[in-house]
Amino acid sequence: MFGSILRRILIFAITIFVASLVIFLLLDILPGDPARFILGINADIEAVAALREQMGLNLPIWERFWHWFFGLLRADLGISVTQNVPVAELIGERLFVSLPLAFFALILAIIIGIPIGIIAAQNRAKFIDSFLMILAQIGIAIPNFWFGMLLVLLFSVKLSLLPTGDFISWNEDFAAALRSLILPSIALALPQAAILARIMRTSLVDISNADFIRTARAKGLTKKQAIWRHGVRNAILPIMTILGLQFAFLIAGTVIVENVFYLPGLGKLIFIAISERDLILVRGAIIILILIVSFIMMLVDIAYQLIDPRLRLRG
Amino acid sequence: MGKLKRENLFKTAWFHPSFRIGFLGSFFFIILAIISIFWTPYNIEELNIANRFAPASFNHLLGTDFFGRDMVSMLMKGALTSFIVAVLAVVIGMIIGVPFGLIAASYGGIIDNILSKTNDFLFAFPAIISAIIITAIFGPGAINAMIAIGIFNIAVFARVARGGALSIKMLQFIDAAKLSGMGELKIAFKHILPNIFSLLIVQASVQLSLGILAEAGLSYIGFGTQPPQTSLGLMLKEAQSFFLIHPTLAILPGLTIVLIVIFINIAGDGLRDVLDPRLAKEETLDAAG
Repeated sequence: MFGSILRRILIFAITIFVASLVIFLLLDILPGDPARFILGINADIEAVAALREQMGLNLPIWERFWHWFFGLLRADLGISVTQNVPVAELIGERLFVSLPLAFFALILAIIIGIPIGIIAAQNRAKFIDSFLMILAQIGIAIPNFWFGMLLVLLFSVKLSLLPTGDFISWNEDFAAALRSLILPSIALALPQAAILARIMRTSLVDISNADFIRTARAKGLTKKQAIWRHGVRNAILPIMTILGLQFAFLIAGTVIVENVFYLPGLGKLIFIAISERDLILVRGAIIILILIVSFIMMLVDIAYQLIDPRLRLRG
Repeated sequence: MGKLKRENLFKTAWFHPSFRIGFLGSFFFIILAIISIFWTPYNIEELNIANRFAPASFNHLLGTDFFGRDMVSMLMKGALTSFIVAVLAVVIGMIIGVPFGLIAASYGGIIDNILSKTNDFLFAFPAIISAIIITAIFGPGAINAMIAIGIFNIAVFARVARGGALSIKMLQFIDAAKLSGMGELKIAFKHILPNIFSLLIVQASVQLSLGILAEAGLSYIGFGTQPPQTSLGLMLKEAQSFFLIHPTLAILPGLTIVLIVIFINIAGDGLRDVLDPRLAKEETLDAAG
């Protein structure tokens, strides 16, 4: 088993290396000179040349890549051209908003989606099943950011229960920060909850034809009891892989949803960096996104191996 | 899976109620979008500030927006862009992804290993990350959003084609083709591809609806369609600053997206039931996140 875990970690490392290389090369072919950008259009040529030398821009591309990549390993992503602050610091600040948001959304999606899937499967082909699956069908079709707008309209404007945006930092007022993440995480969670409900239902329906469920029924359990006691446990395993993918998509989703609520997350940072052509910042933000997503995928795969006894034995 | 002939597929599916409802619903929006190429009730390039935020009336069935543009015309044009982006993204995904999947399945071994690993990597990345990279390089635009969504679709179609091809490969007629001296590639395209066609069509319907959602998300944050063009997502972005006072400006484009996606999805579900009830268990994740 340790062998396969080690192999998975190696794949993660290769993935990050290849992704860094691709991103570095892609963004390097862009026209535009960061040194000239910092000094302004009217700067004299000598000053620009001196700064280029100082920033290491005259080095061959491979050297610059190694420099950046080894910096990444030490959590040093360079200094933002436009803001003159270390990129790692800028991104770190934003992650304190984006990561909790994605995490809350995942929890909400599980709390809402899984029970709905179980209830629907237990009442297969009855009214409640059709009703819940129609809800799920609608949930999947709703863009999360639009749902966010509707939530703002309802809760903040009509009922004035929750803030419409304006994030207050965690240190300043923890409760207020938490409160301003409630609506965004609901908005993010809805489509994922709908997807989870559908997957949970179908995998339970699949399982309910399995021999061990028939055995449980033969022992006198009702269909509902059999699904609850024996089915759910077996359906959770495939759900776990899906959850990993979902968390990756939720992280990406925060980039969109934070706009509705004017949250200072990664998305805003990236958008500004792109429009101001701060490529050092863009590069750092993208690789951090990829790092988080790949890391979660790796954790899920490893967890899967630890939990599933069949995989554990195979080693 | 291979039992249904392609020509009969539509006829058989037509008797499935959810396919019929979904197909008619999507068809309605597609027709409206196509009409908008030649004609819209009002010209959306003409601004009429004096008539901004007009309520629904006989002249403007759904009212006007902040520039006094007719909402019905805006929605028709917006749906057109959304459809074009999503359809072309599916085409990109199929044209590149399907051959990759077929090649991986036919040759197996190290080729399969490398292609599948690359594919797993692409598959884990929501369209938004490639959209960020593409926008950083080429600037924002509908075409760039389409490419970003297309890249995700490549991974999806490669995976579906590979899976389908591997199951068909087991069948005897493939062995027969091999004995007759056909090469791996020729078998893949001549015998396997037609047999996974229906699988691909069902997947295309899923990716189409995900593409509409992804386009909306990308345009909403400014990485997609840019004015003076319009799309359903861009309409939502533009409505952002007014929607607390004029909620209909945000509700209408959003509702249009929801309806289009639901219709495509139930048409796809119906098609899937008709083709193979066993497929009903396959689920897909949201591309835009």
